Amino acid sequence: MGRIAALFCGLLFGAGLALAGMMDPAKVLNFLDVAGTFDPSLAFTMGAAVIIAFLGFRLVRRRAAPLIAPAFHWPTATAIDSRLIGGAAIFGLGWGLAGICPGPAIASLALANPHILAFLVPMAAGMLLANGIAARRPRLAEDGPVRERTK
Amino acid sequence: MLPATEFTPLPSALGGALIGLSAVLLMALNGRIAGISGILGQVLARRDPGGERLLFLAGLVLGPLVVALLTGGIPQHLPTSDLLLAAAGLLVGFGSALGQGCTSGHGVCGLARLSPRSLVATLVFMAVAALTVFLMRHVGG
Repeated sequence: MGRIAALFCGLLFGAGLALAGMMDPAKVLNFLDVAGTFDPSLAFTMGAAVIIAFLGFRLVRRRAAPLIAPAFHWPTATAIDSRLIGGAAIFGLGWGLAGICPGPAIASLALANPHILAFLVPMAAGMLLANGIAARRPRLAEDGPVRERTK
Repeated sequence: MLPATEFTPLPSALGGALIGLSAVLLMALNGRIAGISGILGQVLARRDPGGERLLFLAGLVLGPLVVALLTGGIPQHLPTSDLLLAAAGLLVGFGSALGQGCTSGHGVCGLARLSPRSLVATLVFMAVAALTVFLMRHVGG
């Protein structure tokens, strides 16, 4: 059941990215180009996604456990540190260069344009590199991605 | 430079609603947060018991196929330089893993949880991305 739920949620997410226009780097870069060919469409995407998730999470939090899995795994990290800010800045630089973030990068496999691999393969390598560095440095790994709180 | 794009508030809001719904359902059903960089990072690290994360990523590819069948196609203009794509991909992967979240984990789920940490991350990556586009299009480029 958990597998079917995961597949279905992924499908919804991918369909959302496609409908929203997030899979078009031109649209993403125009959203970021406030001083030029500004296209504010994706502000509606972010707004709708955050509002739905905010209301939905509030309902979900009333429950003791998820419907399928035994426990909730809400993120636990709260530190606002150099790792967070440095990581977000590096991510923002890459996002601004090509107009592609991880979700649309993976979803783009559906369009079968081999050039997306020029982005995807280095993206995976970058993730492995950062997670490898973080795992070797305990201070950085304190809020590592595997630490979770069950509620 | 990539072409100008049409303002599409309705489909873009509808797409956002689907993304939000997906995040809510993944937590309500499986108890997991819908952060794409986190999910891919776990799959790459072989931490995917039951294969649920990989199936989520498979769904992520199936979703656009369904939309393409229904609407007749999905517009996509990729930057033409593979070198630029590779550099951007490396930065996106490294930065999202280091900052433990991307547009979905921090930008959607984190903001929806009212997480100050995710708010800071979102403001930083939005500002840096907008500045990068400004410099590429209006100063250098």
